Amino acid sequence: MGNVLIFAEHAHGELPKATAIAVGAGKEAAQKLGGDTILAVLNNTIGGLAERAAKLGATKVVTVENPALEHNMADVTAAALGEVAKAVDAGLIVFAATTLGKEIAPRLAAALEAATASDVTGINDDGTFVRPMYAGSAFATVELKGDRKIISVRTTAFEPAAEDGSSPIEALSVDIPMPGNPAEFVSQAETKSDRPVLTEANRVVAGGRGLKNAENFTTVLEPLVDALGAAMGASRAAVDAGYVPNDLQVGQTGKVVAPALYIAVGISGAIQHLAGMKDSKVIVAINKDAEAPIFSVADYGLVADLFEAVPEMTGKIA
Amino acid sequence: MKILVAIKRVPDAETTIKVNPEGTGIVNAGVKWVVNPFCEIAIEEALKIKETKGDVEVVLVTVGRSESQEQLRTGLAMGADRAILVTAENLDTTGVSRVLAKIVEKESPDVVFLGKQAIDDDSNEVGQMLAQRLGWAQACYISEFNMADDAKSAQVVREIDGGMRTDKVMLPAIITADLRLNEPRYASLPGIMKARKKPLEEIDGASLGVDLEPKIIIKSMAPPPARAAGRLVESVDELINALKNEAKVL
Ligand SMILES: Cc1cc2nc3c(=O)[nH]c(=O)nc-3n(C[C@H](O)[C@H](O)[C@H](O)COP(=O)(O)OP(=O)(O)OC[C@H]3O[C@@H](n4cnc5c(N)ncnc54)[C@H](O)[C@@H]3O)c2cc1C
Repeated sequence: MGNVLIFAEHAHGELPKATAIAVGAGKEAAQKLGGDTILAVLNNTIGGLAERAAKLGATKVVTVENPALEHNMADVTAAALGEVAKAVDAGLIVFAATTLGKEIAPRLAAALEAATASDVTGINDDGTFVRPMYAGSAFATVELKGDRKIISVRTTAFEPAAEDGSSPIEALSVDIPMPGNPAEFVSQAETKSDRPVLTEANRVVAGGRGLKNAENFTTVLEPLVDALGAAMGASRAAVDAGYVPNDLQVGQTGKVVAPALYIAVGISGAIQHLAGMKDSKVIVAINKDAEAPIFSVADYGLVADLFEAVPEMTGKIA
Repeated sequence: MKILVAIKRVPDAETTIKVNPEGTGIVNAGVKWVVNPFCEIAIEEALKIKETKGDVEVVLVTVGRSESQEQLRTGLAMGADRAILVTAENLDTTGVSRVLAKIVEKESPDVVFLGKQAIDDDSNEVGQMLAQRLGWAQACYISEFNMADDAKSAQVVREIDGGMRTDKVMLPAIITADLRLNEPRYASLPGIMKARKKPLEEIDGASLGVDLEPKIIIKSMAPPPARAAGRLVESVDELINALKNEAKVL
C-alpha cells in the first residue's frame, strides 16, 4: 500500500477536533496497513494552519495555497486533493465524516476511480473496514478494491491524535485542474454559541418535540444545558418545527455524538435519532410516556413530565 | 426545461431492520419497500419547479432490480412525466454513478436532483460522484433551491455542520436534497390512475457499456452491539444521586 493521506478540515484558521480524529484514524491505518501519514492543509492562505497541523504528529504536513481554495468548495478542493494524492503516492485517503468530508470524499473517489466507504467505524488488520448501514441497525465489514482507497471516519469511533508532535512541513506546488463551472460561495450563516461544540462536548442535553415550542427550549431546557456546561442537541422533529437551528440535529442524517453523558428530554427515541447518540457512555431519558423507545437505550430513565422534572433537576445541580 | 431526478427503492424508515443469521445481509421478509425519503423530497422539488415555471419535463430514473418499477410509478403518480428503469443488480455507488452519467448524457437535463443519502446503505456518495463524472458543480444537503429567472444558475442554501451556507451554481448542476427542502406530496388517486399510462422505459444496465463491477464488497454484516439494560428511577433526586455516585458523570 502507498501512504496514508489525511485531509485537514479547518475553519477560521483553526483545526476542529474532527481533524485530530482523522489523523488518529490515519495513524491507526498506517500502523496496521503500512505507509507514512501525510496531513494535507489546503486553503487560500495557509498562515498558522501548517504549524497547528504539525502538532498532530503526522509523518509530514503538506500545504497547498491557492486563491481558488477559499471557502472549501467541494469541486476545487477535490481537484486539488487528487493532485496531492498523486504527488505523495497516497494508497489510502482519510476524511473526517463531517458534512465537508462527505462532500469531497466521493467526488475525489470518482476523480481517482478509487473505492470508497463513508462513516467508517473500524479499521481491521486485514485491510477491511467496518461501517454502519440502515441507521446503525447493521454493521458491515467491507473490502475496498484497487490500489487507492478513500474513507470518511466517524468522529465518535476514533481517538484524536495528541497535539504533542512536530511534523516537518512541505509546501507543495500543485496545478489544480479547475472544474469548468465551479460552484461559488455566496454567504454563510453560522450558528453562534458560547456552549461547547455539539460533536466535541462531554455532555449533551437534547430536546425533542415534547418541548412543544422554541420558547420552552430557551426557558426550560437551556438552564439545564448551561447548569451542566453541556452542548445542546435536538431531534429532527424539534428542528423541523423550527424550535432550534438545523445544526443541532442528532441522528442518522444529523450529527453523531458520543458524549460521557447524553440527556434526552421529550424525545421518543426513533431509530433515526438513536443512530446519532446510542454510543454515548451514559444515557438519561426523561419522557412522560413509559413506553417510549428511548427507555430501551437509557441507562437511567425517568418517567415524568419534563416541565416539572427539568426545572427541578436544574435547581438541584446548579 | 428538463429535470432529471434519480431515486432509489429502500426499506421503509419505519421497518425494523434485522441482520440475517448468516450475517450476509438483512432479513428481507416483512420489509415494506418505498421511495427513499430523501428522493421523495428531490421529486417534490422538481414538481414544484414544474408548477412555477411551466414547460418543464420531470424525468425519473432509478438503477436496480425490476421491482423498482413500483417506486418509479409512485413518483409518476406524484406528478413526474416519465421514468427510466436501468436494470442492474448489486451495484455499488460507483456503478450507479457511472450508469447515471450515461443517462444524463442521453437525456441532457438542465438540472439533476438526488436525495443526499439513501437510508439503506447510508452512503451519501452518488450525487457527488455523478457531479465529478460529468464535470459539473454540486450542491449537497440543500434546504432551499432558487432558480434564476433565466434558468442559467441557481442559488442554494445548504445545511452544513456549522449552520447554513449559500452557494451559487451554474446549471446544469447536481443538487442533493436534505430533509427540510420541502414536504413531499402524497400521490392522489387520479395521480395513481394517470401514472399507469405514463411512459416507463426499461434499459438493460449491461447495454450501457460501463464497468458495473463493484469496488466495495460487503464481506459480512453484524447487528450493532447491544447496550446493557438500564433502569427506571423514581425521582429527580434518585436520578441525580445515580449520576453522581453510580455513573460518576456529575
Ligand atoms: C429519512 C429520515 C431521517 C431521519 N433522520 C432523523 C435524525 O437524524 N434525527 C432525528 O432525531 N430524527 C430523524 N428522523 C425522524 C425520526 O423518525 C422521528 O420522527 C423523530 O426523531 C421524532 O422526534 P421527537 O422524538 O422529538 O418527537 P416525537 O416522536 O413526537 O416524540 C416526542 C416525545 O416527547 C414526549 N413528551 C411529550 N410531552 C412531554 C412532556 N410534557 N414531558 C415529557 N415527555 C413529553 C412524548 O412522550 C414523546 O415520546 C428521520 C426520519 C426519516 C424518515
